[in-house]
Amino acid sequence: MTAPVLIFAIGNESRGDDALGPLLLRDIDKYLKNKDNCQDFELLEDFQLQIEHAMDMKDRQRVLFIDAGMDTPAPFSFYRSKATGEPVLYSHALAPQALLDVYAQVYGESPPDAYILCIKGESFELGESPTPTALNHQALALDFVKQLLDAVSWDALIETKPR
Amino acid sequence: MSLSLETAANPENLRRVAIDPVSRVEGHGKVTILLDDKNRIHQVRLHIVEFRGFEKFIQGRPYWEVPVMVQRLCGICPVSHHLAASKALDAIVGAKHLTPTAEKMRRLMHYGQMLQSHALHFFHLCSPDLLFGFDSDVSKRNIVGVAEKYPETAKRGILLRKFGQEVIRHTAGKRIHGTGSVPGGVNKSLSIVERDELLRDIYQMVSWSREAVHMVKELHHKNPELYNSFGAFRANYMSMVGYDGSLDLYHGRLRGRDENGNVMFDGVDYNDYTDLIGEEVKNWSYMKFPYLKSLGREKGWYRVGPLSRIQNCDFISTPLAEIERREFMAYSGVMPMHAPLGYHWARMIEMLHAAEMIKDLLHDDDITGSELMTTGERGFEGVGVIEAPRGTLIHHYRVDENDLVTMCNLIVSTTHNNQAMNEAVRRVAQQYLHGHEITEGLLNHIEVAIRAFDPCLSCATHALGKMPLEVEVVGVDGIQLSTLSRSGDGTFCAQ
Repeated sequence: MTAPVLIFAIGNESRGDDALGPLLLRDIDKYLKNKDNCQDFELLEDFQLQIEHAMDMKDRQRVLFIDAGMDTPAPFSFYRSKATGEPVLYSHALAPQALLDVYAQVYGESPPDAYILCIKGESFELGESPTPTALNHQALALDFVKQLLDAVSWDALIETKPR
Repeated sequence: MSLSLETAANPENLRRVAIDPVSRVEGHGKVTILLDDKNRIHQVRLHIVEFRGFEKFIQGRPYWEVPVMVQRLCGICPVSHHLAASKALDAIVGAKHLTPTAEKMRRLMHYGQMLQSHALHFFHLCSPDLLFGFDSDVSKRNIVGVAEKYPETAKRGILLRKFGQEVIRHTAGKRIHGTGSVPGGVNKSLSIVERDELLRDIYQMVSWSREAVHMVKELHHKNPELYNSFGAFRANYMSMVGYDGSLDLYHGRLRGRDENGNVMFDGVDYNDYTDLIGEEVKNWSYMKFPYLKSLGREKGWYRVGPLSRIQNCDFISTPLAEIERREFMAYSGVMPMHAPLGYHWARMIEMLHAAEMIKDLLHDDDITGSELMTTGERGFEGVGVIEAPRGTLIHHYRVDENDLVTMCNLIVSTTHNNQAMNEAVRRVAQQYLHGHEITEGLLNHIEVAIRAFDPCLSCATHALGKMPLEVEVVGVDGIQLSTLSRSGDGTFCAQ
């Protein structure tokens, strides 16, 4: 059976603070092991989003994308992402919004509710370890995700975090 | 083959147009065009502006970590790096001949990567240009536009790619950070359940791949003027071919042909690649410019990738792809096809070949075998070459007595194509932009030429501090005010 919630971390562990998403996902995995509702969540990670990930969103109620960002407010931002049908830059990697657009077009239906948790990073160079500041942001993000996992409505938590 | 338009005679009086970044290619590429007041083209350059020092990243690591570590060099072709590194490091553990199960599992992984990479490129990155036109409405010229107008095409692209990813997952052990291939062999074979799961869908994948070849072939036949001439330039070409002359994407020897299709060298052991290939540094790009040493820097550049491979081999071992190869060769005529848009046709033939190979391997009992590893006399240096989706990929390592990597040299596919991509954009600039007011549609023509090569720029640059850099300061009136350059030895010069 497909878990109703997909948590998808994006990042490369060998590129400094780009590791924040995968590292947080590992912490979430540990946390969920002791939760009664752990079967409600599926955890995935990849270097970047691609078209086939639209298939991972099928039959979900919610999707949470976790990524590291340079320009996001510290320590993290949490907001909703929607398919817009507006032109975006396409590459070998997709933005969450573009993935939602692909989903809507390919399946002919609205994608699941999608949210983005973007953790503030500082340096993304190949071979670097995550910076101490970014790891602090990740720890705060974990506390926030714990709230999300128990919350009935995620929209209510958006208001507490600036986009 | 010419190097015209690489450097303008009097750049100080010219207007500068930049395409930054080039979209729908991996990494960060930039094209600068210098124009005079009548929009005549004087200089065109494809620059690589993202910097990745991956050789430094690998040096000092234990060799057995390398096949996993190198997957982090690039989010686009991690499997290609995984396999090329494993092949190179086979020599370190003395594995001269892999077990049949190990070689077939690696091949299966490789064909899965080829299938998913080619599917993504054709259906989702290039089909918007090919189906809607190079200067069509930019708001529709993307995968969402394709999905809206050609939903079946878009869906097939996704399902082909998903299938390729599933082949990778079952052979590498995981969706990403796979550990399937290790120095000396593999650490898993396919279970019966995994094999049967893939067998359930492979016939559909072969069928769709074949239809994709027909689709791109039809585009060529409908508009030969465009497809045969767009950005066309004559070039040498190189690839690995099987020992029997077949298209072999996993193993073989190096063969090169000149611009007329005549064999220049053949049967070259890739362990001797440094005798064959030199790499030139230019002060305006992070990416090196490889060339055949026998021909020198000016005449020795060459092209790699699907267009080279399909025309370089003598035959394809799988029947459906061979039929398509013959038709492709007949279409080209006596002379090789040099047009960049021919890459799409060749790429789809390779995708069909990959699908057929996956089918054959899934029917091979060795794929579920249990003999996974080979060892032999310990070595200290190894070279591994595979034909990655974008072209020839070379990994070269030296390892010390403590098992640590002391030297790493990678020549990635996109680097081989550096000069060729520059030539293509210069031809397109001459053909379409010269003397015209620059529009988004015209600039997209430049990008179409680059995308034909499916470049992966993010892993095509070299070690930190070693590469030259030039910063151009250009005023609002387009006049270059000053430059700051860093040479290959790290010294700076301001002008």
